[in-house]
Amino acid sequence: MNKFFDMGGYGAFVWPSYIITALVLAAVFVFSRRLLKSRERELADLQKSLDEKD
Amino acid sequence: MIEVQGTFNRLANPTRFLALAGAVLPWLTGLTVVLLLVGLYLAFFVAPADYQQGQTVKIMFIHVPSAWIAMMGYSVIAVASVGSLIWRHPMADVAAKAAAPIGACFTLMALVTGSLWGKPMWGTYWVWDARLTSMLVLLFLYLGYMALLEAFDDPARGVKASSILVLAGAINIPIIKFSVDWWNTLHQTASVFKRGGPSIDPAMLWPLFLMALSFTTYYVWVLLMRIRAEIIGRKIRALRMRQTRAGFKGAKAG
Repeated sequence: MNKFFDMGGYGAFVWPSYIITALVLAAVFVFSRRLLKSRERELADLQKSLDEKD
Repeated sequence: MIEVQGTFNRLANPTRFLALAGAVLPWLTGLTVVLLLVGLYLAFFVAPADYQQGQTVKIMFIHVPSAWIAMMGYSVIAVASVGSLIWRHPMADVAAKAAAPIGACFTLMALVTGSLWGKPMWGTYWVWDARLTSMLVLLFLYLGYMALLEAFDDPARGVKASSILVLAGAINIPIIKFSVDWWNTLHQTASVFKRGGPSIDPAMLWPLFLMALSFTTYYVWVLLMRIRAEIIGRKIRALRMRQTRAGFKGAKAG
């Protein structure tokens, strides 16, 4: 197992590469999804308030 | 041809697009996860160490797909910008705007993972060689596009200015691709998309291929999500404008 994490002595370069990639991909996904959900909520609220006026 | 155009027009309608995206998104989620898991398994447990580069070759499986998506993502914006400038198609604006931050992040990933690969293999995190420099220029083009898009009070003017910037910057895409042939770079030359086919062993080519495919489905997945958010954002803006106008009319009548 240690051999696996050692990556032939290059673990200090291989693992940070994968961790940074995972973090960036996760962050892009989370921000995009949050944007979509908040806009969906905003539109629903707006439509509700417009319907009430009518 | 007419049929193709008909299909394109149907997809280019925001309401139909929203419905289609809603149906496709769950599939893309599953596909991305499966491709990523199989790709990672092959990369870590099947692919051998490189005879020269040892286990640093593991970085290739994320570095190379990131760079591919970074360039593809820019091409997506460039094509959408043509649609926006020539046909003034609103969906083209929406797609270009939604695509930019994702492409910028993939460019950043390619630069960072490349840097972490360069240190043990070249002895330096960064060198001003043609490939690395043109990739950095790509990141700045992405950031410049995103900044310019938001720099005008009138969104239509922002779209026009930023579309022109993107098309002028598109010259950088072939420069990135051929930089390793045109100049004497520290970066190695192409080993997949080149004349005579790939020169990588299948044991490394398969995980690379699957990782690239999973990055592509991830890209499309997040892009569809962002396009949806942008369409809804425009709807909200239009409704608010109508609301304000109705308010003015009401005040005048009163």
